[in-house]
This record gives sequence, C-alpha cells and structure tokens, in this order.
Amino acid sequence: MLSILDYEAGNQTSVLHALQHLGIPGQVTARASDLFASSGIIFPGVGAAGQAMRELTNSGLARVLGDLVALGKPLLGICLGCQILLEQSEEGNVETLGLVNGSSKRFSNDLRDENDRLISIPHMGWNGLRLKRRNPLFKGVSPLAEFYFVHSYYVEPDPDLVLAYTRHGLEFCSVYGRDGLWALQFHPEKSGPAGLTILRNFYKYCRQAKFGDRTC
Amino acid sequence: MLSKRVIPCLDVRNGQLTKGVKFKGNLDIGDPVKMARRYYEQGADEIVFYDITASAEKRGIFLDVVERVAMNIFIPFSVGGGISTVADMRAVLRAGAEKISVNSAAVTNPHLISEGAEAFGSQAIVVGMDVKQTAVSAQIPSGYEIVIQGGRKRMGMDAIAWAVCCEQLGAGEICVNSIDADGTKEGYELNLTRTIADSVRIPVIASGGAGSPAHMLDALTKGRASAALIASIVHYGEYSISEIKDFLSAGGCKVRPLTDAAVAP
Repeated sequence: MLSILDYEAGNQTSVLHALQHLGIPGQVTARASDLFASSGIIFPGVGAAGQAMRELTNSGLARVLGDLVALGKPLLGICLGCQILLEQSEEGNVETLGLVNGSSKRFSNDLRDENDRLISIPHMGWNGLRLKRRNPLFKGVSPLAEFYFVHSYYVEPDPDLVLAYTRHGLEFCSVYGRDGLWALQFHPEKSGPAGLTILRNFYKYCRQAKFGDRTC
Repeated sequence: MLSKRVIPCLDVRNGQLTKGVKFKGNLDIGDPVKMARRYYEQGADEIVFYDITASAEKRGIFLDVVERVAMNIFIPFSVGGGISTVADMRAVLRAGAEKISVNSAAVTNPHLISEGAEAFGSQAIVVGMDVKQTAVSAQIPSGYEIVIQGGRKRMGMDAIAWAVCCEQLGAGEICVNSIDADGTKEGYELNLTRTIADSVRIPVIASGGAGSPAHMLDALTKGRASAALIASIVHYGEYSISEIKDFLSAGGCKVRPLTDAAVAP
C-alpha cells in the first residue's frame, strides 16, 4: 500500500487516479499510523511553499515526515513536494523541511531560451531530461521521454544527489535523490505512459524494500 | 526546451461530443471519455473540453464527464464553456481538470482572470478569445476585434490590447481563436497568432482553421504559437495525433515523442 500525503496543498486525487489505473493499492491519508504502516509515501504538492509549510507544521506532518525519512521509509516528492524537502525556498523566503541539503530558487525574469526569446514563467509544458545517473525509478523509461512541468521555482540540492537536469533558460535539477528518497520536479501522474512507469517503478522499489529481506 | 503541444479540442453538449462548423449544424459523434482516452494513447499533449450545454441545470452531467476523464487520461486537460465565477472554476478543478478556460465572461468581467489567478495560480487560467478581422480604426488599431457569442456580438476591443491586458491580469495562457478561419480548414490566421505571440510572454495557443498538419506546422513556427488546437482533422479520423506529430517533427518542430506504450496494470 502506498500512502499519498493528504494536506491542503496537494493534487492528491490525480496521483490516486494514476495509482488506481496501475492497479497499485493506494490511499490518501494524513494519519501518522497509516503513513508508518504503508510501504511507501508519495508527497505531492501544488501552490506556494509558505502556505504548504504552515499546513505541514500546524498539522504535525512535518515532524512525521522527518521520522519516516529517518526510518528509511521510501518517499517520493512531487513538484512542490520536491522543493520543500530541501532546507529553504526563495518563495516567501521560508524555511522548509530540511530533509535534504539544498534550496529552491526562482527562475530569473531575464533568462532566454535557445531562440533568444525570454522564457515563460512558470515553466509549463512538456520537457525532456538529461539523466546524470542510472536509478531504479527510470528503469524502462526511454531517454527521449518528456514530462509535464508546472513551476516557477527550481531546486538546487546537494550536487551529489542530482539525478537529472532539464533546460529552461538554464539547466536546472529536475530529479534528485538516493535510494529510497526521490524527488521529481515534474508531475509523473500527468506525464503520460512514461510518468506512470516511474510511479510503478517506485511501487516496485517499495515492495522490495518491505518484503525483499524475507524472500532472500 | 519546451515541446510544442498538440491539443485536440472536444465540444461537449449534454455529456456527448459535438463538432460544429462555424458554430452551426452541430452533430453528435460520441462519448467524450472514450475519445479523450483515444487521443491520450495517440500522444496528445493536452486535451481541451468545451461545455456547450445551453442549460445550467445540466451542468452536473458535464462535471461527471470531467471526473471520468480525470480517471482515464494521465496528461493535463482544461475545461471551458459557461465558466463565469470563481466557484465555477473551483468545481471543474476539483473534478480533476488542471486548467480552466474563460472567454466571454472575462471580456465582460476582466477581474474574473485576476480572481482566478489569485485563487488557483496563473498556470490554471487560460483566456480564450474569439477574434474577427475588421477595418483598422483608432479603437481597433490592429484590425483584429474581440467578439463574443460565436462572432455575433462585436465588443469594440482591440485583440492585441486585450491579450496584453489578460497577461497583466494574471492569465497563464491565451488561446486565440480566429472566427474568420474557424471551420474553414484553410489554415490558422497566422498574422493574428504571431502578432499576439509577439505581444505577450505567456504561451499562445493557435485555434481555428486547422485542415492539415502543414497548417499546424505553420502556426507553431511562423505563427510562433506554443500549441495548436485541432478538432475536425482528428475527430473524423483523417489524421491520428501520432501522424501529426511525425509530420511536425520532420518539419523541424520539437514535439514530445511517443516513447512508451500505454501502461497497463
């Protein structure tokens, strides 16, 4: 069972629909007991970082997320979730969860694309990735696949954790993580078959992490 | 670099699909959820649904369609038609749409754009505008005038000025529909599309007049649009989305390739 974190800044229903389509058991929940009992956590998010952080802090979920990560519970951050796993965001200059070293920055207004036109902000639409390192999330995903992005801020995590880059006026980190803790700047639940493959790979990883030891 | 988007547009009346030519003589061609699913599998980058149901009491049928679409396609989709309040916007976004599209209601009440952007973010607000060519005047310096009610009512507003205004109010995208070209299948109004794309920084979607993939290539290159809206050229099976994308790609236009087969459970 995967748990989709329920708080007032999410696109939880879209993620749940994608899991249902894949036949993956999933639930939208904010209960700590559910979260600890599930094999993995999906941490979605849309909206502003400050608002989301207030929600997470007031509800106690910020602390629960910290405990889950400390315990090694597999976690997948999506979009705003990807940004607030880091320490700080330029969006309202807020302190964020600090579960991964790094911060979020705003796309600068004067950035230009390959055709020397000013970039649009938010970065919205389909864009590709330049994978820096192989990782289980992208197993079976074509290197040519594109993903759906909607964001005005981008992440700058610890360089050792960067897994993929994307270009929009500049090259920014679009995927980071290490085994069991990943974050995607794009929306896998809205990125067609390639995005669904990533969600399924995450579920496979979670199952192996939970039951793998017994079968060995 | 962002890919250019191919966006099929589905008109829905009483929960069923229609496709009008010059907004007249609509005829039923089927189930919107099935059609959306087909376009999703063919590689559509986004889908637009317009609710052209006349009566407000049948609104529930349409919201049910939106919910079923959200369960069946895993790409963004937007919803327009009959949206005139923030509450209307909230209802379709809750039902699972990523974006809402406002048209005539924004012309009569521009604050709808800023209220929507404030409540849901600019990325969720698309402003659709119907445009008709007219004589150049002090009031309409570009010769492109905003019209509503399918072109029957002229608003005395310059289309370029209105596009700039929409961007300032917080629109995330502008969909430019040429009433003169709509339904002709003779190509998009390229000059109009380009003039608006050069006047704003937000993405412009070209609409009205697509009769072939070559028309779409023109809109996305010469017209400088970020996306091309299509209807009849795909609804009647003349072209599939994948054939269109192959053509665009061969023409040097960057589009999202179809790399993976639809993922089954």
